[in-house]
Amino acid sequence: MPYELTHLDALESEAIHIMREVAAEFERPVLLFSGGKDSIVLLRLAEKAFRPARFPFPIMHIDTGHNFPEVLEFRDRRVAELGERLIVASVQESIDKGRVREEPGNPSRNRLQTTTLLDAILEHQFDSVFGGARRDEEKARAKERVFSLRDEFGQWEPKAQRPELWSLYNGKIRRGQHMRVFPISNWTEMDVWQYIERENLEVPSIYFAHERDVFRRDGMWLSTSEFLPNGPDEAVERMVVRYRTVGDMTCTGAVSSPAANFADIILEVAAARITERGATRADDAFSETSMEDRKREGYF
Amino acid sequence: MDLLRFSTAGSVDDGKSTLIGRLLFDSKGIFEDQYAAIEKTSRRRGYTQVDLALLTDGLRAEREQGITIDVAYRYFATPRRKFIIADTPGHVQYTRNMVTGSSTADLAIVLVDARKGVLEQSRRHAFIASLLGIPHLVVAINKMDLVAYSEEVYERIQTEFAEWAAKLDVHDIQFIPISALHGDNVVTRSISMPWYQGPSLLYHLEHVYIASDRNLIDARFPVQWVIRPQTDEHHDYRGYAGQIAAGVFRKGDEVTVLPSGRRTRIKRIETFDGEVETAGPPLSVSILLEDELDISRGDMICRPHNQPTVATELDAMVCWMADAPLREGGRYLLKHTTRTVKAVVEDLRYRIDVNSLHREQDATELGLNAIGRVLLRTSGPLLLDEYDLSRTTGGFILIDETTLDTVGAGMVLQAGPPQQTVEDPGTTESAGEAGDHTERAAA
Ligand SMILES: Nc1nc2c(ncn2[C@@H]2O[C@H](COP(=O)(O)OP(=O)(O)O)[C@@H](O)[C@H]2O)c(=O)[nH]1
Repeated sequence: MPYELTHLDALESEAIHIMREVAAEFERPVLLFSGGKDSIVLLRLAEKAFRPARFPFPIMHIDTGHNFPEVLEFRDRRVAELGERLIVASVQESIDKGRVREEPGNPSRNRLQTTTLLDAILEHQFDSVFGGARRDEEKARAKERVFSLRDEFGQWEPKAQRPELWSLYNGKIRRGQHMRVFPISNWTEMDVWQYIERENLEVPSIYFAHERDVFRRDGMWLSTSEFLPNGPDEAVERMVVRYRTVGDMTCTGAVSSPAANFADIILEVAAARITERGATRADDAFSETSMEDRKREGYF
Repeated sequence: MDLLRFSTAGSVDDGKSTLIGRLLFDSKGIFEDQYAAIEKTSRRRGYTQVDLALLTDGLRAEREQGITIDVAYRYFATPRRKFIIADTPGHVQYTRNMVTGSSTADLAIVLVDARKGVLEQSRRHAFIASLLGIPHLVVAINKMDLVAYSEEVYERIQTEFAEWAAKLDVHDIQFIPISALHGDNVVTRSISMPWYQGPSLLYHLEHVYIASDRNLIDARFPVQWVIRPQTDEHHDYRGYAGQIAAGVFRKGDEVTVLPSGRRTRIKRIETFDGEVETAGPPLSVSILLEDELDISRGDMICRPHNQPTVATELDAMVCWMADAPLREGGRYLLKHTTRTVKAVVEDLRYRIDVNSLHREQDATELGLNAIGRVLLRTSGPLLLDEYDLSRTTGGFILIDETTLDTVGAGMVLQAGPPQQTVEDPGTTESAGEAGDHTERAAA
């Protein structure tokens, strides 16, 4: 008797399988958690893969220091509920230690996160890192493997990727290398929201419509904050907005939206005519290849 | 809504990128900013219309060379289904990418240029689809606008292809005449081809019946991970976690654990959301057993009267994926389900010319992109099924012990000591000399 299997069931099962493969084949995995919707889904998938036992890995947040306060609050609450261990790797510390320098005139710390992440991987000797990246986000990612090898400098070599067949993942690495693993590679933004709704997962409040002081820069609505003062010609408006992604406050744009619950968001995503990165990430628009370049350097 | 995974293969200029671009565009799988980007590029290159093919450009190297060199995954959904496309390049030098993209596909689209008819490459694509066990094939006869939407041309290609494909192990072939450029029969039925009574391509993708492709007979559960909470609350808890490869498991079932052969019963089947009475592929679950047995990753739970073969020898088709060739005596790591062992190539029986499908008996190696039949011997027992029975328990990868790269993909023809009886479909005998085109008598 053939039975009903929804696309979410199939995607979920695939992701659980991937997480268990990592737990079984690596010594020291870690799960990256940004507080955003994709990593929220990862945490639920980890519960599905490993409960009633604890996760066989800690959770790590790469903290840019430019956080939405709502997201930090959510992060701590969620981790406490799960009873799992949280590591916070701080970009501010990398700056203070002189590992990275902020570019004059560029408030975004997005690119600086790479160094903080690689340093933390080295410090804790992680050999595998779960990330919430999806292939539908961006064209360089469309070709990235689920098990994506990084050399000892954390770099990705798109031309030398290992073939990936069936559900057989090759977890062999050499000392110093590590594996980035993307369990939700095959999910779209829509799948993520449908899953969050189905599982009734909590997300940070900034995903829902709220009033906020924003100003226009590079075609995006940016939130005013201590990290990002508006310029003299940039008028501040109070608008009803929400966020489609959660990132560094200085380069994550809000969208004008009345969506107040999951159902509204799903309708909005269904009707959206602009990709989430195109709408809300200033750093991706710079060049046709900017994501590929950052990924080669070791970015998420 | 369910999920259909399909692969596309076409040779350069068959119109594969245009077709995918159109499927994404017409099903609204393309966003405005993506469209704006390709519009800009089209204008910069001096094209008169927006080139939808640009949507499927991926990495920089590919943009520079203007070709697709890797498998790219793309996503779209209609109200009926979610689709995952494994977009693979068609040239013979990328056979391994095609094999990779085909390994998880439910359906393959083979593109044929109506002006050129069934070429070597279309046959190669269909052969790979059948080798990788894709249950459904669509032959999309493209560029019908350039042959005046001629029914005769379509019929001729269909007949020729169908005759040839009868040799392959493909049970469901749908022929669809299309124009990817103009959209005929891609999403909606074409008014230019009233003689064609079949479905549009998208309609077919939405409706092709895949639920019965899952193997619900041969219960196979490779143990992936053992859940042992070691807390007071769950003191003696031992959950065998994994993804069901095939067959249906029920609470209370009598089961055998391999390779030990020990028998017990299923006490419970659990998921994070609670206990379930039955579970089938491809669900990820935890199985708890009545008796405490010593079970670990790499073991397999199955039914007492329906077991895979426990063997250290196997006869398999292998697609080679590395520059350094496979040779007799070569040693590799072999990963099959959740078990990794060492393997040695005992015999290279023949290589298949992927264009003519002739068997080259005197071949001494498999180079990059070559496909051949080998006998392997392993350091420890594997729990093997024929690939035809189950892709999950019949497929394996080979890993180079020094580079640690994935160098080969294998499909089990037969487990156990070598026998001569197993035939692989489609290929013909030949001593391998050039020009030998003897057809094998119909099987
Ligand atoms: N007339 C016509 N041209 C087509 C059709 N499909 C694709 N083309 C053209 O054929 C060329 C190659 O198409 P493309 O999609 O890039 O091929 P690919 O190499 O298989 O991805 C381009 O100039 C397309 O515009 C079709 O149905 N009719």
